[in-house]
Amino acid sequence: MSAGTKAWGLHLLVLALVFLAQFVLPSYHATNLARIMVLAVFAMGYNLAFGYTGLLSLGHALFFAAGLYGMGLPIWHLEVAAFPALILGLLAGGVMAGLVGILALRTAGVSFMIVTLMFAQAGYLTLLYLNSWTGGDEGFVVARSARVLFGFDLASDTPRFIAAFVLFAAGLLLCLWLVRSPFGRVMVAMRENEERSRMLGYDPFRVKLITLILSGVYAGGAGAAYGLLFGYVGGSFATIQYSILPMLYVLLGGAGTVLGPFLGALLMFYLIDITSGYTDAYFFVVGAALVALVLFAPKGILGSLRERVLQWLP
Amino acid sequence: MPHSPLAEALRGGGWLGDTRAQMSFGPFLLLAVLEGTVMAAVLALTAVGLSLVFGVMRVVNVAHGELYMLGAVIAWFVTFYLPLPPAMGWLAALIIAPLLVAAIAALMDTLILKRLNYDPEATIVATIGLLYMLQQAALTFYGPDARPVVAPFQWRIQLPWFGYSGYKLFVVAAALAILLAVWLFMTRTKAGLVMRATQVDRETAQAFGINVDRVYAGTFALGGALAAAAAVLIVPIQQAHYLMGHDPLLLSFIVVIIGGLGSIRGTLVAALVIGLSDGIISMFFSPTLAKIIATLLVALVLVFRPQGLFGARA
Amino acid sequence: MTQKLIGMAPSRRAVLKGAGAGLLTAGFAAPVWSQAAPIKLGFQLHRTGIGAAYGRWYERTAQAALKVVNDAGGINGRPVEIVFEDDGTDPKRGAEVVEKLTSQHNCDLIFGPLFSHVVIGSAPRAGELKVPYLVCSEGFHVASGMLNRWTMQPGITDVRAQVSSMAPWVLANLGKKVTMVYPDYAFGHDHRDFFSAAVEAGGGEVIAKVAVPPTETSFTRYLPQIPNDTEVLYHVMVGPAVLTFVKELGEFYGLGAKPQIFGFIDSLEAVDIASPGLEFLEGTHFWEGHCRNQQADASEHEVAYRAAVGVDANGASVSDAKDVSTYAHMFSVWETLHVIKAGMEAAGYQGPADRQKFVEAVEAMTEMPESLAHVQGDKVFNGKTHQVFGHQFISKVEGGKLVKVHTTSIEDSIYPDAVDYMTQSF
Repeated sequence: MSAGTKAWGLHLLVLALVFLAQFVLPSYHATNLARIMVLAVFAMGYNLAFGYTGLLSLGHALFFAAGLYGMGLPIWHLEVAAFPALILGLLAGGVMAGLVGILALRTAGVSFMIVTLMFAQAGYLTLLYLNSWTGGDEGFVVARSARVLFGFDLASDTPRFIAAFVLFAAGLLLCLWLVRSPFGRVMVAMRENEERSRMLGYDPFRVKLITLILSGVYAGGAGAAYGLLFGYVGGSFATIQYSILPMLYVLLGGAGTVLGPFLGALLMFYLIDITSGYTDAYFFVVGAALVALVLFAPKGILGSLRERVLQWLP
Repeated sequence: MPHSPLAEALRGGGWLGDTRAQMSFGPFLLLAVLEGTVMAAVLALTAVGLSLVFGVMRVVNVAHGELYMLGAVIAWFVTFYLPLPPAMGWLAALIIAPLLVAAIAALMDTLILKRLNYDPEATIVATIGLLYMLQQAALTFYGPDARPVVAPFQWRIQLPWFGYSGYKLFVVAAALAILLAVWLFMTRTKAGLVMRATQVDRETAQAFGINVDRVYAGTFALGGALAAAAAVLIVPIQQAHYLMGHDPLLLSFIVVIIGGLGSIRGTLVAALVIGLSDGIISMFFSPTLAKIIATLLVALVLVFRPQGLFGARA
Repeated sequence: MTQKLIGMAPSRRAVLKGAGAGLLTAGFAAPVWSQAAPIKLGFQLHRTGIGAAYGRWYERTAQAALKVVNDAGGINGRPVEIVFEDDGTDPKRGAEVVEKLTSQHNCDLIFGPLFSHVVIGSAPRAGELKVPYLVCSEGFHVASGMLNRWTMQPGITDVRAQVSSMAPWVLANLGKKVTMVYPDYAFGHDHRDFFSAAVEAGGGEVIAKVAVPPTETSFTRYLPQIPNDTEVLYHVMVGPAVLTFVKELGEFYGLGAKPQIFGFIDSLEAVDIASPGLEFLEGTHFWEGHCRNQQADASEHEVAYRAAVGVDANGASVSDAKDVSTYAHMFSVWETLHVIKAGMEAAGYQGPADRQKFVEAVEAMTEMPESLAHVQGDKVFNGKTHQVFGHQFISKVEGGKLVKVHTTSIEDSIYPDAVDYMTQSF
């Protein structure tokens, strides 16, 4: 089998398993899986920027929140329907990433991290400042009547799961296609050696900006979907924690692997959920995981696996 | 859904503060300057610690705010468990808390940062992990409540227009004294000289037989001790709480970047400017808006003037 | 604030065991239910995060109420148990906790959350799961119509009713020109909007509104915005920095001339009023949802409640006089559990299939006379808005104690219905 066949085969198999999981999992875990799929899309976007292109951002909460509010505010204030709202959220994530990128991509490394962090913090404070439009820290409920997509009630379990799955599958397959395309190889070239790719005739700024916008579209789509599927929009989703979580998912699952973000999100979600049964300090595992990964397994689970056994893993 | 957002926005939280006759302008300004000076003094102490670490080690310590929090929490333990009168207990805390935090910081450096070879991006991820670990450790051993530490003395200054805490003025004096001591240490002692030499050129310093590992551990410890000292000064005014590290971290970032990464003098000037302007700007604008502007300013400074506004070109 | 030994707060497993042990002894006392499966109530708890000071006391009150209910024979002859889950005072985790309590722990219903953003973030999920969700929040979110048929607030009066009912007394006794200092987010805005409206309706005037951003930890610089001709300063603050706020207010006014000060007890909840720097509060007034210091006319029920929760006559823990409770709010947990009992018994509740009957039974409630079940006082429940209305207390600080000087009437707190949940589908 060629590497390409194996790659497509594996990812389609994973998708099939995830889809079938809803029929065997108890309802608690099925809903969790829907949450995890949406968070995984967020992390996939993060992975495009960080894992493939080497852009370590601390500001992705801003893009997630842009999607969340880009979807929620039109529904709240203008009574827009779910589908156009979802598209608006997706676009809001991309536009926000583009705006941040135009400025932040003039910097690199540590400066890039801090610039993105500061933009995200300014975004969070703006949500609080404009509380009469945004609901501030308290947020708002997305009306149940607005949560209907093509006639399916997203507030009920099966349509919600399927909607999350469709988003997840689209994100995963697009990501797989992208990283195997010529543009994907240019992205990796940026990460590995920016100077050389410049000499080969690529414009690093342009490549990175396109990647960041795409990453923002993923984050925005995830934010919009999260709000629509679970019915709440609030300022807490714009805090720095939501910039750190996708980074953690990606580092855990394996930066620069297509399935890594999903694996990381899945493991981390349950690690926190299970730990919270034993201790109040369940966020300790987030910290410990970050430190352990960066010390002992900087390539994450699938990255290490690819290094040793599965060289063909995209 | 509730009331018209537009009307509400026009009513409250507008751009300009209430124009009604309040306290007359002079005393108002005096109070703003007093508050700004206290903020600047504490901020300078915290930010100099962060700046020193970045200057010498090129490490952005995201866990700096948690070292500050640990200082406050340890101060609470010391004053609560040592059977001393408030003034003596507080003095004991001012010695014990920075020492303990310095030890913890030195451990963080030796066990984690050193093993990462001080790779800039890896250290940021690791210190994010440490942020969570320290915060959650405080939650476990100290608990989720905010607890006060009694001020070493109760003394109020009654001005004709308003009263003011004498302790706050003492904080300014104490912070200046500590900063002076740091300056003397850096310029007049051999250890300080070694630190500065390492900052200028790590390889050459090593060639001259300087133990860079020890210098780094010492610098990281000193940075932590300064954050802890700032917290001991502030904790009789505020309270010790496990989530209190967030604000000082962001403010220190702002100050250090505007002052020019790694420049101590720039950091001090920036602390004064940010502290004072925050007090005065919030007389005319919403304080949240002032914070949004400061955060965006930081991002723009990094993009367009990476050497900072007050730092010399490195 | 609290100075109790760290680690004394019962750990989760200790709590569960404790509850189990209580159950066991109660089981011996009432052997009728030895065969019956327990009724399982989920408690969404702010054990960590900014709501933790409240969470700790909410948990303690819930434990005490549980023991009383079980000692009296449980619900429908069945023993009751409570499963506590921490939501970290976070709306996203809140929704997950609702899910976990319902689907994984198979709880019959959920109660207990306090902070508005958590309630608003979690209530949609409760509505989807069709699980009764009884909040102890005092927010106006339930009665505003923002939430759903499954979400109710039968244990505590909401902010809108609280401030509307107190405004007339403030205007008549303290002054007509009011300046408000409040946190600049939704909870503060409810104060701003509804207290202002009540003041204007009563012939007074709110001459300045000082909004303090929620991220603030230092407050002095906001205080000069208080106009000089202020007659009454109305303050309310929440979160870990409340003591700083009140202290700085004291430093600001000090011994100089100051307006009448009327505070919401939230500014001082879980804070020892004898803390250094708070001496200036002597002679000022507070709203209290429930009087922290035991009053001369305290009912036998209130005294029994205090003893059951383990709170002394000053509102502090019996084991540590410095560990001050969130007394003005935590009665809502006690009363909510008793409403759950009454509702389940009226509905003949057998299991999750009867959840809708339970909601309907609570909606049918009206008068709730003062009793061991309603220790804070008489209440009236409005089934249409899912909101309860009770008396409010105004206390004056005298000799370091909060002494009740006025009790509002329930009628004063009632406003036109903003929603009729009973017309909404389940």
